[in-house]
Amino acid sequence: MIASLFGVLFDGFAYGMLLFILSVGLSVTLGMMNFVNLAHCSFAMLGGFVTVTLTNELGWPFLASLPLAFVSAALVSVVFERVLYRQLYRASDLDQCLLTIGIVFVSVAVAAYIYGTIQQPLNLPSYLRGSVSVWGQSLGVYRLFLIGVSIAITAALVAALEYTRFGAQVRAAVDNQRMARALGIDVDRVFAITFALGSGLAGLGGALAIEIVGLDHAFAFTYLIYVLIVVAVGGLGSIAGSFVAASLLGISDMAGKYYFPELGAFLIYFVMVALLMWRPVGLFGRR
Amino acid sequence: MSTSALSTRGLDKSFGSLVVASDIELDLPPGERYALIGPNGAGKTTLINLITGMLKPDKGRIFLGPDEITLLKPEERVKCGLVRTFQINTLFPHLSALEAVTLAVCERRGYAGSWWEKLPAYGDAIEEAYAILLSLRLAASCYRPTRELAYGQQRLLEIALALATKPKVLLLDEPAAGVPQQESAELFSVIAGLSQEIAVLFIEHDMNVVFRFAHRIIVMAAGRILLQGTPKEIAADARVREVYLGRARHG
Amino acid sequence: MVTSAAVAEPQRYLETQIRWRPVEIAFWLATLLPFVLTPNYLVLASQIAITALFALSLDLILGYAGIVSLGHAAYFGFASYTAGLIAKWGWGEPLTGLVIAATAAGVLGYLTGFIIARFRHLALIMITLGLGLLLAEAANSASWLTGGADGLQGVRMWKLFGVFQFDLYGTTAYSYSLVVLFVCFLVARRLINSPFGLALRGIRENAIRMPAIGAPTRAHIRKVYTIAAVMAGVAGALLAQTTETVSLETLSFARSADVLVILILGGAGRLYGGLVGAIIYMVARDQFSGINPQYWYFWIGTLLVAVVIFLPNGILGGAARLVRLFERSRA
Repeated sequence: MIASLFGVLFDGFAYGMLLFILSVGLSVTLGMMNFVNLAHCSFAMLGGFVTVTLTNELGWPFLASLPLAFVSAALVSVVFERVLYRQLYRASDLDQCLLTIGIVFVSVAVAAYIYGTIQQPLNLPSYLRGSVSVWGQSLGVYRLFLIGVSIAITAALVAALEYTRFGAQVRAAVDNQRMARALGIDVDRVFAITFALGSGLAGLGGALAIEIVGLDHAFAFTYLIYVLIVVAVGGLGSIAGSFVAASLLGISDMAGKYYFPELGAFLIYFVMVALLMWRPVGLFGRR
Repeated sequence: MSTSALSTRGLDKSFGSLVVASDIELDLPPGERYALIGPNGAGKTTLINLITGMLKPDKGRIFLGPDEITLLKPEERVKCGLVRTFQINTLFPHLSALEAVTLAVCERRGYAGSWWEKLPAYGDAIEEAYAILLSLRLAASCYRPTRELAYGQQRLLEIALALATKPKVLLLDEPAAGVPQQESAELFSVIAGLSQEIAVLFIEHDMNVVFRFAHRIIVMAAGRILLQGTPKEIAADARVREVYLGRARHG
Repeated sequence: MVTSAAVAEPQRYLETQIRWRPVEIAFWLATLLPFVLTPNYLVLASQIAITALFALSLDLILGYAGIVSLGHAAYFGFASYTAGLIAKWGWGEPLTGLVIAATAAGVLGYLTGFIIARFRHLALIMITLGLGLLLAEAANSASWLTGGADGLQGVRMWKLFGVFQFDLYGTTAYSYSLVVLFVCFLVARRLINSPFGLALRGIRENAIRMPAIGAPTRAHIRKVYTIAAVMAGVAGALLAQTTETVSLETLSFARSADVLVILILGGAGRLYGGLVGAIIYMVARDQFSGINPQYWYFWIGTLLVAVVIFLPNGILGGAARLVRLFERSRA
């Protein structure tokens, strides 16, 4: 009993960490510019496919492909930001939703065209496969790796926010954009860089996701809902919020699948609606 | 208390450690014109938000005439006769001025819930709206969308919307804000022409407006009422000068 | 005091705003053309009419009251299943079934309206999405009732008015759907041009100002949301009755997203936007259906991006702008 509970918690937390990496970029950019980028998971998908191509077609080692997944997603997002998104910063929520949903549609179609509609296979290096025994529990190595990477990223993000000048600018811009501008902070530049970083993280998340949830052409759609739930429940512009919400979501989803399989995703949606009704700005959000 | 059109007792509000309102005691007699002045950040707009119900006080009570309105929703307070205008134009960009004021009249008359009769059938509401627009000299451009109106006209429309609710107490938040010199005469005559039955409390930085129209001035600073008095008393008081008038001479 | 002559002018102005335009009459006459020009496509035509009605119901809350909903299909599907189940359990009379199903959707809309009216922005979008997904999941799980992934079987409709049978040619289906669409359209038109319609536009234009003029915003939102749910329910029931089947797709996020795209394509807040959008979208999809579905998503995505950047008010908005330009160049 305890064993399976621990197993559910561990797997759920690992899944939650994946969701965190996928979502944190969207939460911060949404909180900063209020720009609803529903195509966030398209960048994640891009990162995933970059990794797949590099490891399967070009024989790169998995770990080496990860930075490239990050960079490619970040670069592509910069292009989109310059060409399209910039024009819509002052547009309505709805327009931003629609534009970015259109991009999702296109990305899904392109992915299907290039890679087909099947699940993408991935050759994990042997040292990331299997499981290890820790305190009598059998823990998946890849999941441990995932948790490790996430915690490292979280620490890096928090440190950057707290201790670097750029981080201070980010915090200011999220808190009060007008005031930040008035203080001479180049908010547009801060946003562009944050956006690139956030999308890069999404790309990394997409690459890491292949082993946990699989990658196919519809990834941009399928995981959009989960990412939105994390962001809405966690609160816009909050790294802590994303972390907590993602962990909650990951564990609830795993627990739901394990203990109440007939309920399906019902539990997740129910918890989300209930949480949002209680705190519409999200757990860590501000008005 | 029952002789005041609007009164507050012990109104408090804080955001964490930031005190924006502290023990506000206000009495506005019917038909009077009071001005609320103070430096930026003194809590003047916050006070308006507290009185109108857009912000919930931590402590205190608010009365409209003899009736306590502390627990009423903002729209209910409007129905009782308490209405405000906004410092930044808060209008309906794509509605024409006629439609906007007619909407306010319909809401007051209880027509706004009826979805079966077409709008032109409500001639009395339209007539009333048009009369208000006429009195504010907005009738000529009342068919154009609000966002095409000149800034000064939009400020007047702010007041028109408030008047359409037939208020007993009118709270004007910086009515002259941003209005260029040549258009402000219009605005002043409108304020002067407001019915004697309405009690008016207005926030203003423009001292011309304040000394011209106010019977009494309330000075706020750091969330508290510093003092109140007649314009002559306030102009002479050194404390006021220190906190507000004497420093930077902004227009 | 305002003289009656002076007030006649604003009244007349408001009258002209809501008058029936010749192009509207032409539009409705044109809806009769499929009977004559494309008699083999009447089934598609009835699908278009149903989708148009669904889009119109979304327009009431999105285009006029400014409520962004990603879960509007909940009311469509709920009524669809209700109508299907009524027929399956033995009462196949179309009109009464329609009324019952639409009422059921209305009740659901009324209840959820209490939740919806309290939120804005992202929380509202996510809650509408969540509620829609919840209902879809529930329907999926309750396969003993809904037939699950296989859909609802055994829906047999009686003859309409005891005379007209629903058949494969779609004549009855299209006539029925078209008349119902028109009636609902008249109701929507009435609503938009009423003081309530003006209040809705006020909410859309500036929700903060509304309480400041004494408007009970939440009550207004609940009212229009219920009406929109009834109308979506009518559309859903029509679908169940004319196709004699109901599938999980009617409740799905895909359907909610599709109707949103359709409305934006045509132009929200213009009454005819949903109708025009439905015609274009459904006809295009029918033409493209043979080709790989991925191509469809590619072009729809591109179109969506193009509409948002170049035609933010949809096709009707673009047309209105052209008309204004034309009029200005003539003057």
